[in-house]
Amino acid sequence: MDLFNLTANQLLTMISSGQISAADVLSSVRVRQQAVGQKTNAFIRTYDETGNGAAFPVPIGIKDNICVKGREVTCASKILKGFRPPYDAAVVEKIKASGGIVLGSLNMDEFAFGSSTESSSYGIVRNPWDLGCVPGGSSGGSAAAVAAGEAVWAIGSDTGGSIRQPASFCGVVGLKPTYGRVSRYGLIAFGSSLDQIGPITKDTTDCARLLGILAGFDHRDSTSVDLPVPDYTKSLDRHVRGLRVGIPKEYFIDGIQPSVLAAVQAAIDFYKKEGALICEISLPHTEYAVATYYIVATAEASSNLARFDGVEYGLRAVPSRPRKAGIVDMYEETRAKGFGNEAKRRIMLGTYVLSAGYYDAYYLRAQKARTLIKNDLDKAFLDCDVILSPTAPTTAFRIGEKTNDPLSMYLSDIFTIPANLAGIPAISLPCGFDEKNLPIGLQLMAAPFAEERLLAAAFAYEQAHGWHVQRAKL
Amino acid sequence: MGGMYKEQNFNFSENMDFETVIGLEVHLQLNTATKIFCGCRNVFGVEANTCVCPVCLGLPGSLPVLNRDVLFSGIKVGLALNCSINTFVKFDRKNYYYPDLPKGYQISQYDFPIAKAGFLPVMTGGQEKRIGITRAHLEEDAGKLIHDDAINATLVDYNRTGTPLVEIVSEPDMRSADEAYDYLTTLKLALQYLNVSDCDMEKGSLRCDANVSIRSRGETKLGTKTELKNMNSFSAVKRAIDFEVARQTRLVIAGESIVQQTLLWNEEKGITIPMRSKEQAHDYRYFPEPDLVPFTLTEAEIDKVRCGLPELPYARLHRLIEKLGVSEYDGTIIVQDKTFADFFESALALGVDVKKLCNWMNGPLMKELNDRKCRLGDLKLTPGMLVELINKVEDGTVSNLAGKEILAEVVATGRKIEDIIKEKGLTQVSDEALIGKIVDEIILKNPQVVEQVRSGKANAAGFLVGQAMKQMQGKANPKIINEFIQRRITNV
Repeated sequence: MDLFNLTANQLLTMISSGQISAADVLSSVRVRQQAVGQKTNAFIRTYDETGNGAAFPVPIGIKDNICVKGREVTCASKILKGFRPPYDAAVVEKIKASGGIVLGSLNMDEFAFGSSTESSSYGIVRNPWDLGCVPGGSSGGSAAAVAAGEAVWAIGSDTGGSIRQPASFCGVVGLKPTYGRVSRYGLIAFGSSLDQIGPITKDTTDCARLLGILAGFDHRDSTSVDLPVPDYTKSLDRHVRGLRVGIPKEYFIDGIQPSVLAAVQAAIDFYKKEGALICEISLPHTEYAVATYYIVATAEASSNLARFDGVEYGLRAVPSRPRKAGIVDMYEETRAKGFGNEAKRRIMLGTYVLSAGYYDAYYLRAQKARTLIKNDLDKAFLDCDVILSPTAPTTAFRIGEKTNDPLSMYLSDIFTIPANLAGIPAISLPCGFDEKNLPIGLQLMAAPFAEERLLAAAFAYEQAHGWHVQRAKL
Repeated sequence: MGGMYKEQNFNFSENMDFETVIGLEVHLQLNTATKIFCGCRNVFGVEANTCVCPVCLGLPGSLPVLNRDVLFSGIKVGLALNCSINTFVKFDRKNYYYPDLPKGYQISQYDFPIAKAGFLPVMTGGQEKRIGITRAHLEEDAGKLIHDDAINATLVDYNRTGTPLVEIVSEPDMRSADEAYDYLTTLKLALQYLNVSDCDMEKGSLRCDANVSIRSRGETKLGTKTELKNMNSFSAVKRAIDFEVARQTRLVIAGESIVQQTLLWNEEKGITIPMRSKEQAHDYRYFPEPDLVPFTLTEAEIDKVRCGLPELPYARLHRLIEKLGVSEYDGTIIVQDKTFADFFESALALGVDVKKLCNWMNGPLMKELNDRKCRLGDLKLTPGMLVELINKVEDGTVSNLAGKEILAEVVATGRKIEDIIKEKGLTQVSDEALIGKIVDEIILKNPQVVEQVRSGKANAAGFLVGQAMKQMQGKANPKIINEFIQRRITNV
C-alpha cells in the first residue's frame, strides 16, 4: 500500500492499530517526494526533520511565505534570497507543538502574486493531474504536494483565492478561514487585510483536524480574534437536511466552463435531494469584486513590499555605475533585479492607487465597494447557511496559456475574491472531473466563524461522492 | 503637516512693515518602559542593535501590537494641551524609503490624531498668550544612521526604531523667535510635569522643526513658508528663525519670491541651507494601517487619564501666588522645575517663612545647583534640612554668611547641619560681654568715624560693625554688634 496516498486520519488509525509506524509514513512521503518532486516542482527546499516524538508526526509542507526559524524563506522571490528568519510563525509553532514535521518549503507565485504558480523564481509548478497544466496559485506548490502525495498536509495562504483555487485545480480540499481565525504572525504579508493562512488536505476530515491545530487567538496579531477553537472534527456530519444553501445568481455567468457548471449543478441537486433548502440569492455588487480586490490588495502589497530594499536582509545589488545618490541606486538596482514582472506590476499598481490625487478615486472608492460587497454577504447569510458556487470558472489551464494576459489570469479568482474582501470562511472541495480528467472544485462560503457549518456541508457532499479518494497518476 | 497650512505669495510692495508667522512641530520621545509596537525596552545609550526584535526590525512576517501605555501618554499630552481627544483610535502608514526605516513605512496617525484643537497658555513679552495646538499624534521613531569614516560606510542602529513619539503641531500663532522660544520652554515644562518624556534635546528625545513665513502687517493670509530642521537646542531654534526671517525679508525687499522648501540649520555657520529638492518631493501615500485594528476609547478611560494628570506649571504658579502668598517673580522661578517646586512646597509645609524660603531657594540654593550643573533630585538635601538651616539663621544661631557656607557643605556631603556647625565652629557669638568689650575697643580706635556716626552719616556705623566682625572672625551676631555701637555712641 502506498502510504503517501492516504489521509492523516487513515494513517493514524493504522498507526493506532499497530499496522504501520509513524516512521513508515515519513519515509513513504519522503521517497515519494524524491520520486515525483522533479515532475511537480512543488517543493523549493526540503529538510530532514525527525520530529519530537509525538505519536503521529504528520509530515507537513509549508508555503514559502511562512517563517520557520532558521530556515530560508523567500516567497519564491530572488529578493529574499538567503533570508533566514530568527523566529517561527505562529502556525509553525502550533504545528511543531502538535508534533507535526516540517518537510520543507512549498513553491508559490512570487509573493503570492498569481493564480498559476508560474511567477515563482524557483520555476513553475506542474499540476499532478496533467503536467502540462498549472496547479493554480498562488499556493500551487501546497496543492500539488498534497495531490501528488509529497506531503500529507500542506499549509497555504489565501489573499484572493490562493488556497481554494489551487485546491480546486489539484483535486484536494482547501479552506480559507475567517479573517482573524488564524494568526498571521510570521506570514510574510501580501494584502494584510485579506491574508489568511489555511489548510490544504486530501479530504474534509483532515481539513477539520488541521484547522483545529492552526486556529486560535494570538496576542502578536492585532487582527486575530479571541474566540474559543471548537473541535472541528466533531462538526463533520453527513446530514444536510434543513441546511439552507444559497445559490448566488451573479456567480453563474457566461464563460464558466460547461463541465464545471454541470458538476456544480449536480452538487446543487445532491443537496436538494438530501433535504437541503436551495435558495437563489443575489449578491448585487459581485461585479465590482475583482476591481476592488486589485486596488486594495495591490495598495497594501506596495507598502508591504517596501521593506525589501537591500538594506537589512536578502538581495543587495550594487550598481556598477552610480547614477543618483548611492542609497537610491542601491534601492533601484536591488528591486529591479530582485522582483519579477508580476511583483513589479502590482507594486506599481498599488503605488499608483495610493498616490496623491488618485487616492480618493481608487483606494477610497474601493474601500466603499468592499463594504458593499461585505454587506451583500452579511445580508445573504440571514437567508442561507452556506453559499455554493464553483471555486473557479474553469479547471486547470495550460502552462503559459495566460501568462501574457494578466487580466484573464486575474479573472480566474472571480468567485474566490469576495470571501477575502468580506473576511468570511470558504472551502473548496473536489466535485468531479472534466472531459480532460482535470479536477473540478466546489466552493462553499459561510458567515464569519461558521467554519464548522462549512466543514459539515462539505463532508456530507464528499462522503456521498468519493471524488476525494481519486489520486493523480504520476 | 503641510496640508494644514494654506499659504500664498502676495504683493508685498505696498507695505514694507513685516510680521513674522511661526508654527512649530515638536517630536517628543515618550518614556514608556517598552517600545510602541513591541516588547523591546525603550532605552537610550545602550550598545547598538541590542534592543531589537523581529517587530521593530521590520522583519518579514512580523506584526505590530499597540502598547497601551503609549496611548495613555498621548492622551495625557493631549489633555495637558487642552485638546479634545479622538476616541476613535486609528493608525496609518506613511510610506517612504530611508535606510533607518526598516519597513519602508512609518506607522503614524493621519486623519485621526489622538488629540486635536487645543492651546497652551504661554507667558511671553510680559503677558499671557494662547498658542493654538493643531494636533498631537502618535507614531514610531526611526533608527539612527551612523556614518563611519574609518570603513567609509553608513551603519544603522535600530535601537531607536519603534521608540514611541508624539508629534505636537502648533498653529502658526507665534509672531517672533522669542515667542517661539517661550512656547518651547513652556511646552517642555508642561511635558516634564506630565513625566511622559525626559525632554532632552541633546539626546534627541525632544526635536523641533519650525515653519516660518513673513507677511505685511495687517495681512491675514499666510505667506509662503519654509520649514527649518536640524536645530538641537531651543536657542538654536531662536537663532534659526531670526536668520530665516532676515533672509525672507531681504528676498521680499529685493522683489524676489520665497520658495517653499525645507532648510537645514547649520549651527557652526549660523545659517540655513536648503535640502536637495529631491529629498523634499515626498508623496507619503498615507493609508490605514491594516495590521492594527481601529478601536474606540470610552469616555471613562479618558476620564481616568484626566483624573491622574498632575497639576501643571501654569495652574501651580497661580496656586502658589493666590493660596501660598508667593510673589509672581518667585513663583515663576520655582515652577520652572517640578522637583524644585515639589521641594519648595514640602519645605513650606514644615513651617518656615514663605519669603525667606523663596529667597533661600531662588538665591543660594539655585546658585549651588547652577554651580554644580545638577538638579535638586541629584542632591542629598531634604526640605527638612533646608528649613532647619533657615530657622537657625533666623534665630541667630548662625549668621547669614555661615548659613550659605553650611548649605554648600550639606549639598556636597549631605551631612547633618548640627555636625557642620560644630565642626566648623560656625555658631554665632551672642555673648554681650565679649561683644561689648570689642565694640568699646573699636570705638576708641576710630574717633573720626564715631564723629561721623554722631553727625548722622549712616554708612559710618557699617564700617564699625565690619571692624568688629573682623575682630571676631565673622562669628559675631551682627545685629547685636550694631545695637552695641548705636548704644555706646549715643550714650558717650
